[in-house]
Amino acid sequence: MEATETKMIPIYIMGKRYEVPEGLTIMKAMEYAGYQYIRGCGCRGGICGACGTIYRKPGDYKIYSALACQTAAEPDMYLTQLPFFPANHVPSNYAELEGVPEDIYKLYPELFRCVACNACSKICPMDVPVMDVIAYIKRGDIEKAAFEAFDCIQCGLCTSRCFAEAPQFHIMQLARRIYGGKLAPKAKHNAEAAQAVREGKFDAMLNQLMSMSTEEIKKEYIEREIEPETAGDDWKPKDAKWLIEEFLR
Amino acid sequence: MKLSYLPGCTLKTKAQDLDLSTVAAMEALDVELEELPRWNCCGTVFSFADDDLMHQIAPVRNLIRAQEQGGDKLVTVCSFCFNTLKRASLLVKENSDKLDTLNTFMDEEEDYTGNINVVHLLEVLRDEVGWDQIEGKVQNPLKDLKVAAYYGCTLHRPKEAAIEPPNKLEALNDLITALGATPVDFPDMTTCCGSYQAVANPEIVINRTREILSSAKESGAEMIAVSCPLCECNLRENQKELGELRMPIIYFTQLLALALGVDPHLHQCEKNPADARSFLESKGLLAACTAAE
Ligand code: SF4
Ligand code: SF4
Ligand code: FES
Repeated sequence: MEATETKMIPIYIMGKRYEVPEGLTIMKAMEYAGYQYIRGCGCRGGICGACGTIYRKPGDYKIYSALACQTAAEPDMYLTQLPFFPANHVPSNYAELEGVPEDIYKLYPELFRCVACNACSKICPMDVPVMDVIAYIKRGDIEKAAFEAFDCIQCGLCTSRCFAEAPQFHIMQLARRIYGGKLAPKAKHNAEAAQAVREGKFDAMLNQLMSMSTEEIKKEYIEREIEPETAGDDWKPKDAKWLIEEFLR
Repeated sequence: MKLSYLPGCTLKTKAQDLDLSTVAAMEALDVELEELPRWNCCGTVFSFADDDLMHQIAPVRNLIRAQEQGGDKLVTVCSFCFNTLKRASLLVKENSDKLDTLNTFMDEEEDYTGNINVVHLLEVLRDEVGWDQIEGKVQNPLKDLKVAAYYGCTLHRPKEAAIEPPNKLEALNDLITALGATPVDFPDMTTCCGSYQAVANPEIVINRTREILSSAKESGAEMIAVSCPLCECNLRENQKELGELRMPIIYFTQLLALALGVDPHLHQCEKNPADARSFLESKGLLAACTAAE
């Protein structure tokens, strides 16, 4: 195969020009340019929030954001990484929280300084409607806030832009925690399954597994029935005796 | 009839009785209040500084949401939301340069065209429904009930943003009449309750409460109807020490809902303190909602 020449594009990292191969993510482009990550990089999979990046394009007044590990470098991007932004995090004793909006108001009264500028939602690389979430919290709708803020990966970019100096991502995380632990209906089947474990319903199954030799376990593993990629919600293995619902019957 | 509606943060937290009674009563009058899908806090207090456009963003963004919903009106019932939104709407209507600045800043939104009329629920009742219509739909006339109409500050001040000329306090009186009760005029109908001084200078609010309650009582009122959650809270909370002057405080929308005979859980009288409930009970108005407390 004939080697095609890789096209090089110029990008500006913290103001300095570099030529990097086209098609790289911002993260790889920075590594290509010689930067070595100590901070500002974690999962490389778009989920840890370590690689928040701010950039501008020539001739465009807007500020853009990206996750460096997820976004391809474009020609003439002016970028800098903002892996951390200081944000007021107020510790709280979860057991003492009452599951009411006032829990959040007491810990983060600054959220009432929000002027609805929307700079937070505009910068969010995960498209969290941050301004709306803060509005839901102001009006006491923790459930709606928790759902709308679900995609937040705590990169902190919203907080870097906040006119009200509010640490939105800590506030939203508190809302999610309050919702998850104190407001969301408890899953009944979980309690039933835990009870079954306590009653020893699964002991025989575990004992059987533990009495098997490594060879036998390997064989079982290799021959296991795998759920097809196209399986629907109602898919069940042919041998259903290991399913929890079978055990609980 | 369908109208865009912004309840406001307090109506979703401390003053749910105001929100629920409003929506239920309007439904009984065939007016559907369509809550804006994404609204913000109105900003609470209108910003006076001429060049402080930052604090006009929140109210104007709400006007854009109303514009997106397709109507030409935005209804509120909280007096504070009304005042803030109304004044912001007038500010940008009269100052196209300020509107331009705000539209340019909110580049992620469609431009606000300046055409949303912010109206208080009392205006909707007066202008869109009509007192006669309301009277015709009353199921439980509020007979033998002497109600002081307390407008507070923000429905009539400043005059550009008032629901009616400030020297003509009629809307709430007319509503009370349409519901079969007797409106009571008293000298302090628009005296400020002390508002946010409740936080820093509570004695101001206690004194104002004493003044308002005693003048209402001297004028022969048995209860006070309000539209503002902060007036309601101040007058209710601060009367506890006032002995003889004590008097039930109720949202006018609760009276409306009661008279229209909506589901007791929706007129929300169960949320009123026990003395207010037993008063309404003694007037034979609460048959269905005495269970709570
Ligand atoms: S909400 Fe804020 S912290 Fe969360 S992902 Fe978006 S910008 Fe990052
Ligand atoms: S950046 Fe801050 S002030 Fe602006 S909308 Fe978001 S939370 Fe509110
Ligand atoms: S490195 Fe984790 S999100 Fe980019």
